[in-house]
Amino acid sequence: MSQTEVLYASTYEAILARQSFIELGARERARALLDVGSFRELLGPFDHLESPWLPLQGIVCQADDGAVIAKGRLDGEPAVVLAIESAFQGGSIGEVSGAKIAATLELVLRECEAGRTVRPVILFETGGVRLQEANLGLAAIAEIQAAIVALRRHVPVVGVIAGMVGCFGGMSLAAALCSYLIITKQGRLGMNGPEVIEQEAGVEELNASDRRLIWSLIGGEQRAATGLVDGLVEDDVAQIAAAVRAAFAQGRPTQARSERVAHYLDLLARVDPAAIDGAAMRQLWNQESL
Amino acid sequence: MSASSKTSSNTPSTSASRGRIWFDALAGVASTRPPVLSADADLAGETAQFISVVPDPAQRFPRACDNVVGLEQGWKLAQAVRAVIEADASASLKRPIIALVDVKSQAYGRREELLGLHLACAAAVDAYASARLAGHPVIALIVGPAMSGAFLAHGYQANRILALDAPGTMVHAMGREAAARVTRRSLEALDALGETIIPMAYSMHAFNQLGLLSHLIQGVNADAPTSAEIDIVRQALSAAVADARLGPNDLSGRLTSPAAQKNRAASIEVRRRLAQQWQAE
Repeated sequence: MSQTEVLYASTYEAILARQSFIELGARERARALLDVGSFRELLGPFDHLESPWLPLQGIVCQADDGAVIAKGRLDGEPAVVLAIESAFQGGSIGEVSGAKIAATLELVLRECEAGRTVRPVILFETGGVRLQEANLGLAAIAEIQAAIVALRRHVPVVGVIAGMVGCFGGMSLAAALCSYLIITKQGRLGMNGPEVIEQEAGVEELNASDRRLIWSLIGGEQRAATGLVDGLVEDDVAQIAAAVRAAFAQGRPTQARSERVAHYLDLLARVDPAAIDGAAMRQLWNQESL
Repeated sequence: MSASSKTSSNTPSTSASRGRIWFDALAGVASTRPPVLSADADLAGETAQFISVVPDPAQRFPRACDNVVGLEQGWKLAQAVRAVIEADASASLKRPIIALVDVKSQAYGRREELLGLHLACAAAVDAYASARLAGHPVIALIVGPAMSGAFLAHGYQANRILALDAPGTMVHAMGREAAARVTRRSLEALDALGETIIPMAYSMHAFNQLGLLSHLIQGVNADAPTSAEIDIVRQALSAAVADARLGPNDLSGRLTSPAAQKNRAASIEVRRRLAQQWQAE
């Protein structure tokens, strides 16, 4: 099976020993995941590859454009972590941050094609396209998706959605293309953010301020219970680091989730649109996956 | 998208959509029913598969009745594309896949999010990218709006992207009205910004300056094409197919045009400097 359930006992000692992953910035997250001492950042802040478009709109740039490329090792094997910084423009994908992610995946693909496997990890923390760079963000996301589909044939591409921003927009499609997805209870994965749905379809369609409802639809627990992600972990550096390593140890799944067309069309045909909710979906999905 | 789309997504207009008009013109009779039309048809002497997303008033999911990409649209796009890949699995010359693009948005709905719209759209992305990697020339022909996640799912993985230079064709990450609201700007201010910030502009001419289009087709009526105009489009598609067969099966060609070198210079610079730093160890 391609689905791995990584559940950990929440003992009192374990809770005390936890180190929050969510509270870390992108750079610290990448460092925390890689083998100790192996972290080396590429195109870091001192390279000053910044957005050419934000200054034209009076918006202050960030020297890494909100994307961190960290080369290093996982279980001693060459690896690269791509970490999106939610503190800069909501983790949105602009020309430069998007190009950093796409270019890295393209390079890893070339390495893999030459027989030098590199383990790619993407830390999704993003609302999707950066609207101030609109079409260039969208173009970069298409290139990221193209690279994941090609790369996934050589090595598992592992995605992590820790929170608190979650993963939305075109990047939610990129996440869905990953070989394995790991999420926390705080994480959310969906195409349109709740506010966007409320704005476009009205509050009767979705009340974006109803947090319980939102998490029952797109929260980490629901996504794990319905197989739309592979592992549910606590907000803990050690657990997330272990889950990422376990995913690579498992190797490539025989079939990616996004390739299971007949399976999902069959499930969808059984849905009653008038009655479907989080609980009904869990029942239907789990009954069918037996 | 806009407030007007709120009503239109529940009540599709009765006139034929651009996606339907161009499917009828280029492919003829569909072998599938709405919301995803697909069929094999002749293109300059060879068989090509044409795929279009059209309004589906009978759609079970009420937020996806218009020409949007919802759950069924995403999975059925994937199904149609994968059927072509399988049919040509042992063929030496893979048949072209032509995505006719007229999608105003992804579906905005509670059920869509719950049931994994992101995965349905990813399945379509995966199928188109896999077709391209398998050697199918994948060509997107933009005949209407090509918006955001809907365009990612239906068209943006193509080897070559063509567009009609006609009112109503556009590529963007968010509808004009919604983008104005979210960025707290007036529509006028947003349009003015598009004059200098090319990736924010809504015109197809501005999009063409990003180097992402291989051909902006002039002089064609997008709503009521004459047979001569349809021939112009067929020739453009056929030329794009031939061109795609000569090129690589990845998307690297999007960064090579003079337009891309000018307006996607940062995308190119990131790749150049990353390659240097990657090796330096």
